[in-house]
Amino acid sequence: MRVIWSLVLVGALAAIAFAGSRAGGEAVFAVAVPYLALATFLVGLSARVIGWARSPVPFRIPTSCGQQRSLPWIRSSRLDNPSTGLGAAGRVLLEALAFRSLFRNTRAELREGGRLSYAADKWLWAAALAFHYSFLTILLRHLRFFAEPVPGFVALLQGLDGCFRVGVPTFYVSSVLLVVAAGFLLGRRLLDPKLRYLSLPADYVPLVLLLAIAASGLLLRHVYKTDLLAVKDLAVGLVTFRPVVPEGVGGLFYVHIFLVSSLFAYLPFSKLVHAAGIFLSPTRNLANDNRRRRHVNPWNPPIVGHTYAEWEADFHDKLVAAGLPLDKE
Amino acid sequence: MTEKTQQELVQIDYAPPARDWMDPRIDFVARRGSWSYPGAAKNLRYLGFPNPRDWSPEDADWKLPPNWQQIIHDGLAERLGKYRSLKVFLDTCVRCGACADKCHFFLGSGDPKNMPVLRAELLRSVYRKDFTTAGRILGSIAGARELTPEVLKEWFYYFFQCTECRRCSVFCPYGIDTAEITMIARELLNLVGLNINWVIEPVANCDRTGNHLGIQPHTFKDNVDFLVDELADVTGVRVEPSINRKGAELLFVVPSADYFADPGIYTFMGYLLLFHYLGLDYTLSAYASEGGNFGLFTSHDTIKRLNYKIYHEARRLKVKWLLGGECGHMWRVMHQYMDTMNGPADFLEAPVSPVTGTRFEHAASTKMVHICEFTADLIRNGKLKLDKTRNDHRRVTFHDSCNPARAMGILEEPRIVLNAACNHVFEMPENTIREQTFCCGGGAGLGNDENLEMRLRGGLPRANAVRWVHEKHGVNLMACICAIDRATLTALVEYWVPEVGISGVHELLGNALVMPGEKPRTTDLRGLPLAGMEGVADV
Ligand code: HEM
Ligand code: SF4
Ligand code: SF4
Repeated sequence: MRVIWSLVLVGALAAIAFAGSRAGGEAVFAVAVPYLALATFLVGLSARVIGWARSPVPFRIPTSCGQQRSLPWIRSSRLDNPSTGLGAAGRVLLEALAFRSLFRNTRAELREGGRLSYAADKWLWAAALAFHYSFLTILLRHLRFFAEPVPGFVALLQGLDGCFRVGVPTFYVSSVLLVVAAGFLLGRRLLDPKLRYLSLPADYVPLVLLLAIAASGLLLRHVYKTDLLAVKDLAVGLVTFRPVVPEGVGGLFYVHIFLVSSLFAYLPFSKLVHAAGIFLSPTRNLANDNRRRRHVNPWNPPIVGHTYAEWEADFHDKLVAAGLPLDKE
Repeated sequence: MTEKTQQELVQIDYAPPARDWMDPRIDFVARRGSWSYPGAAKNLRYLGFPNPRDWSPEDADWKLPPNWQQIIHDGLAERLGKYRSLKVFLDTCVRCGACADKCHFFLGSGDPKNMPVLRAELLRSVYRKDFTTAGRILGSIAGARELTPEVLKEWFYYFFQCTECRRCSVFCPYGIDTAEITMIARELLNLVGLNINWVIEPVANCDRTGNHLGIQPHTFKDNVDFLVDELADVTGVRVEPSINRKGAELLFVVPSADYFADPGIYTFMGYLLLFHYLGLDYTLSAYASEGGNFGLFTSHDTIKRLNYKIYHEARRLKVKWLLGGECGHMWRVMHQYMDTMNGPADFLEAPVSPVTGTRFEHAASTKMVHICEFTADLIRNGKLKLDKTRNDHRRVTFHDSCNPARAMGILEEPRIVLNAACNHVFEMPENTIREQTFCCGGGAGLGNDENLEMRLRGGLPRANAVRWVHEKHGVNLMACICAIDRATLTALVEYWVPEVGISGVHELLGNALVMPGEKPRTTDLRGLPLAGMEGVADV
């Protein structure tokens, strides 16, 4: 099964980090790899986005998901079928921040006698949203390692995130949500026969990788507690370009940062570029004002069809017989 | 008609087969009824398209050019550079499966490669192999496939099993439009001479005679005259359309089926009555005698080539603006492509209704107005005298056609016209109308006889919804604003829900419109007795 590939891959990555750091490669895994990963991420993602942007948008092809703006007294759908640039921006933001289209999701079922029914199915939407927002929260929470003093909003977020005060140290809501939501997405891929059929190894890798990152992170926080001061020294050192190799943080910590580095380095070359792709999707980011404003195709080819004069010549006698007017007698 | 019974067709298994999707083999003989005959050599030759020859999908050898792989590779590279849509759509799919059960062909066939995501993967896998590093090195582990003859055959099968309806795109979190993928895949297929005759023959006809059906100017006039006579019989009013008349205020463009075949002709009769009622200064054209554009199902260049005559004729006839009839894919072209491809239409004037004075600001650049927009404005301004009871023999539902719904968003206008013309209008379930509307199953050139089984399968979700309104509300007529629909839905309901007929919206308007000087009507435009007139009308 294709999920095996991703388990093997992520397992191998973890083993490399663990063994490598034990074998004296601390500097490599603590300093070189994160820098390299970040550089790969930045260069790779920019290259990808620039690559997309270099191809023009020859036609204005929004998918209209609501009433068009035509006659002023007919209420148009400003976000689902925007007629202005502002509306289109709103549409994209709604997609990026609230997964608008996924919210429409339905599940079709074939009943007796060939009757189809469609029920709203918000699970994918809910899990995807929970997954992404908890991931975002976790990323932001990690800023506490990188900045001294810790920015106010990070402290606030951390406070909110830990508001349930379960366990010592307290479990964060986002960590739990991330694991549950990613677990759901993975379970769905494995259990839904259609999804299992169409999933590639590359569809399991990000989920398995994230779950492994989350697991190593949770272990570092709650079980094999690491020296947080040493971690903070490393993080601050990295962002100030005066990296120090930490002492006594343990193999598990190296596994954690190596997997995170792998995720970042992998992102630009995988389907995870969807994060940027949504902003460039021509069915979503264009206003449906096609007949109001002309859209220009930069490579509009010079094509002329069968002209009227040629047509009249071809059918001259028939036009005469039918008594239709001619340009040429 | 297909030999399969309804009971047989609805035995649909959504569980995927054991065979991996990357295996491309297709048994065309076993799958008769689900593919279309190839484009005839004479049509390709006429059009100057590559590789004209006689061949059949059932042959082992498809007589491809020797360097066909290179042609496709170069064609794909070229299009990646020309279409951001293609690049973004190929790169961003996360295979979340949200689109999977949104395609009518998947719902009706259970064939997993009809899930939009897998349809796109057929092309995406080759893109990975040829254009991404991971795909080049890792091959199938990275989801990459070599472009083999089997893969090409699979493309032919599945890209001519997509009606370019865009329903998948509504549900995709990134707006990935498999219709766009299909359009570009069909362009690639055309480069090596793979296309279907139901598309290519209309394209050749349209280029040569002006319309898909190959109707020549004298026949065009005969058909219009015939419909004028029919109208005189039903209403006692003789309408006077003009053809190729210079200096008219506007040029009216319709899909050719509207003046050729039942039931489109009744819609055409409705248009003519309306224009006569208004005293509109309009002309038809026997040259720009096709609003539809099967180029949309061929290649972008072909769209442009066939669409050329619209503005060309408007300029020649010195009209001020354009009015367009009821047609789905025609309106995708008029709305999303015409101005960009063959504009700017700076020789025309921004459309203004001569009856109400309304400026159609939303069409200020393209200068073409949809007849439902035009009529909705008339109704709003109280310009039409309508006797709704003349549609009381009809209990009507409205089918949103794919392109007007999802490539334009003309949802309310036709409903406004219908509700003004009919007393009994009922909606189908909400997941099957408006932007979520289901395809007729035969768009994009697939509405031919040899593909009938697939059409009936693809049309199942639509037919289901029709049956629902029929059983719940006694609906006996489904109105739509699409010429392809009027042809394909007729076959679809005949099979699934024979109690329901198909009509255009302006046919029903024509029934209700009280013409000055008309005789008392006993029948509708089809010659069917009106409610309460069953004994009176001589049918
Ligand atoms: C900005 C708009 C974004 C949208 C609309 C979006 C949407 C989605 C959706 C629908 C999924 C599919 C879940 C599934 O596989 O079943 C997904 C997966 C995922 N996204 Fe995003 N995402 C966005 C941004 C991001 C960002 C910024 C990241 C950060 C790197 C990200 C990382 C991931 C990951 C790791 C997965 C899991 C992959 C998987 O499920 O196989 N996404 N996203
Ligand atoms: S909905 Fe969009 S992202 Fe999800 S599988 Fe379909 S095409 Fe891919
Ligand atoms: S465009 Fe329509 S027919 Fe084609 S894959 Fe999408 S839903 Fe199916």
